[in-house]
Amino acid sequence: MYESFWRKFIKFYLPLVIFVIFLLFPFYWMFNTSLKPMKELYNLKLNPFYIHQPTLENVKTLLFDTIFVRWMYNTFFVAILSTVISLGTSLLAAYAIQRLKFKTSGPTGLAIFFGYLIPPTILFIPLATIIFKLKLWDSLWSLVLVYPTFLIPFCTWLLMGYFKSIPKEMEECAMIDGASRLKVFWRIVIPLCLPGIFSAGIFAFTLSWNEFLYALAFISTTESKTVPIGLVTELVRGDVYHWGPLMTGALLASVPVALVYSFFVEHYVAGLTGALKE
Amino acid sequence: MAKVTLENISKHFNEVVAVQDFNLEIEDKEFVVLVGPSGCGKTTTLRMIAGLEEITQGNIYIGDRLINRVPAKDRDIAMVFQNYALYPHMTVYQNLAFSLEMRKLSKKEIDERVKEAADLLEIPELLHRKPKQLSGGQRQRVAVGRTIVRKPQVFLFDEPLSNLDAKLRVQMRGELKKLHERLSSTIIYVTHDQVEAMTMGDRIVVMKDGFVQQVGKPLDLYFHPINKFVAGFIGSPTMNFIETRLIASDNKLWVEADGFKLKIPEEKARNLQNYINKKITFGIRPQDLSKASAPIKGETIEAFVEIIEPIGNEIYLDVKSGRDSLIASVDPKTKVVPRQNILLQANLENIHLFDIENENALL
Repeated sequence: MYESFWRKFIKFYLPLVIFVIFLLFPFYWMFNTSLKPMKELYNLKLNPFYIHQPTLENVKTLLFDTIFVRWMYNTFFVAILSTVISLGTSLLAAYAIQRLKFKTSGPTGLAIFFGYLIPPTILFIPLATIIFKLKLWDSLWSLVLVYPTFLIPFCTWLLMGYFKSIPKEMEECAMIDGASRLKVFWRIVIPLCLPGIFSAGIFAFTLSWNEFLYALAFISTTESKTVPIGLVTELVRGDVYHWGPLMTGALLASVPVALVYSFFVEHYVAGLTGALKE
Repeated sequence: MAKVTLENISKHFNEVVAVQDFNLEIEDKEFVVLVGPSGCGKTTTLRMIAGLEEITQGNIYIGDRLINRVPAKDRDIAMVFQNYALYPHMTVYQNLAFSLEMRKLSKKEIDERVKEAADLLEIPELLHRKPKQLSGGQRQRVAVGRTIVRKPQVFLFDEPLSNLDAKLRVQMRGELKKLHERLSSTIIYVTHDQVEAMTMGDRIVVMKDGFVQQVGKPLDLYFHPINKFVAGFIGSPTMNFIETRLIASDNKLWVEADGFKLKIPEEKARNLQNYINKKITFGIRPQDLSKASAPIKGETIEAFVEIIEPIGNEIYLDVKSGRDSLIASVDPKTKVVPRQNILLQANLENIHLFDIENENALL
């Protein structure tokens, strides 16, 4: 008993604890900083891991001196809409490429993948011209339109792998049973792919939630900013970093993402490993 | 229920010919088995009837209706797949009801039909389980149940028993046959297992490399195979094939091999004049060889026993006669030991001779 506990401790619990500390430390640091007064932050003589005089001053600054709530709303709006658009499109695209086997299905799949490889730093200039011509400059809709350009390739490839794992016979059987292609898709394929759809959705949501470059390039009005841009542009003034409110904002912004992950973690893992349990 | 007619059906995948010139008329209520080694085109043929594969050439009729361009969902057929293809996210009940829902039957009628099918297959207690909670045999039953709720014109089976263990396979074989009698329906059944084909089919279609080799009743194929392939494919253990020379002496015809010389019965000798002094393939089934006590000229074979395989109801002897290997299936009470010389009596009524070039039967 005694020995096996230590063995398990060394092999399992110790690495686990190290891992957890490693992962949670940034959160702890954000939390820690967000509750410290400015004086304490810049005093190098104090123990930085401990809060001597906790204060809610930073939260107050963030919520009432900036329009953080508005930024949160903007980010939600953009992330959810672009996720829905990307998922809908990718589901159809991935199914068509994987199952309909038209002449160019292989090249189409590859082309979508290559699209994903082009870095946003190259793409944002031509995209900016397009957004300008569409008169969407400085509007959240520009981001709703632009985010799918990198979300769709990603989701399509993830879902293609997932569709591949569904036995073809199941669909053929449904067709013989009297279902049309659309009914097969809706009644058989979608329910079986839920884990894959979940993981694609979560990924799309986080990617758009964290997106920085396009949001920075296309949005300039303070009211239209998303959280990552808002925090950096409004709370870093010149070379002055308002660390307290900055960290508070970062903490609050990472909470929804963490929640989404922890709720769907099981589906998420199943989706990535492509495991279809019969 | 209806008859199915296949007229000059061909299927090409780009350059590859999967099925060539398939002609068959399947009678109403007939149980037809397509059998052949893998890649012979039997499954492709079935999939063309089902509407899952386009037809390159030819016509398929169900009843009098040409169905070449009718989509699978409107063909009024049902199919059991090799891996059953049960919908894993639905209960057994929902699996059975799916096709009826698609046809927009009333809830009440769906319920009646599902319960009726479940009773017929003795699975009413499984209706609320998911497929993953079922054993292989139970899944098989659900897959069959899913087809019979539909009451389709034609049933298609694609190697439905190949995922079951040997014992269950024999049991399901009997049950499927009983089911056929009870439903009195047209069934087209694909298998690579000749025993399944022999035991279940009213008629058997033997295929090879996309071509139909022979169509006939099971015992016709067994006793009168049209060529060497059918002769070797039907029957277990496989027929012995030996390269021999046809010779004429004493006003009789003989086949002469390295280790033996057998007399051809007169009524069989008539059409063989052109083959005298030529090489031909001689075939004899293991069951037509038995142990003899004394040598008879032209009827017995001297052989050396290499391996003995007792099966229970018979013993397989792997023997060598001259250069040639043979298998004999003898009575289980026969006393033999390995490395022994024995005499085998050949049942000359049931011998087969094949052209060595085109492998067609000569008798």
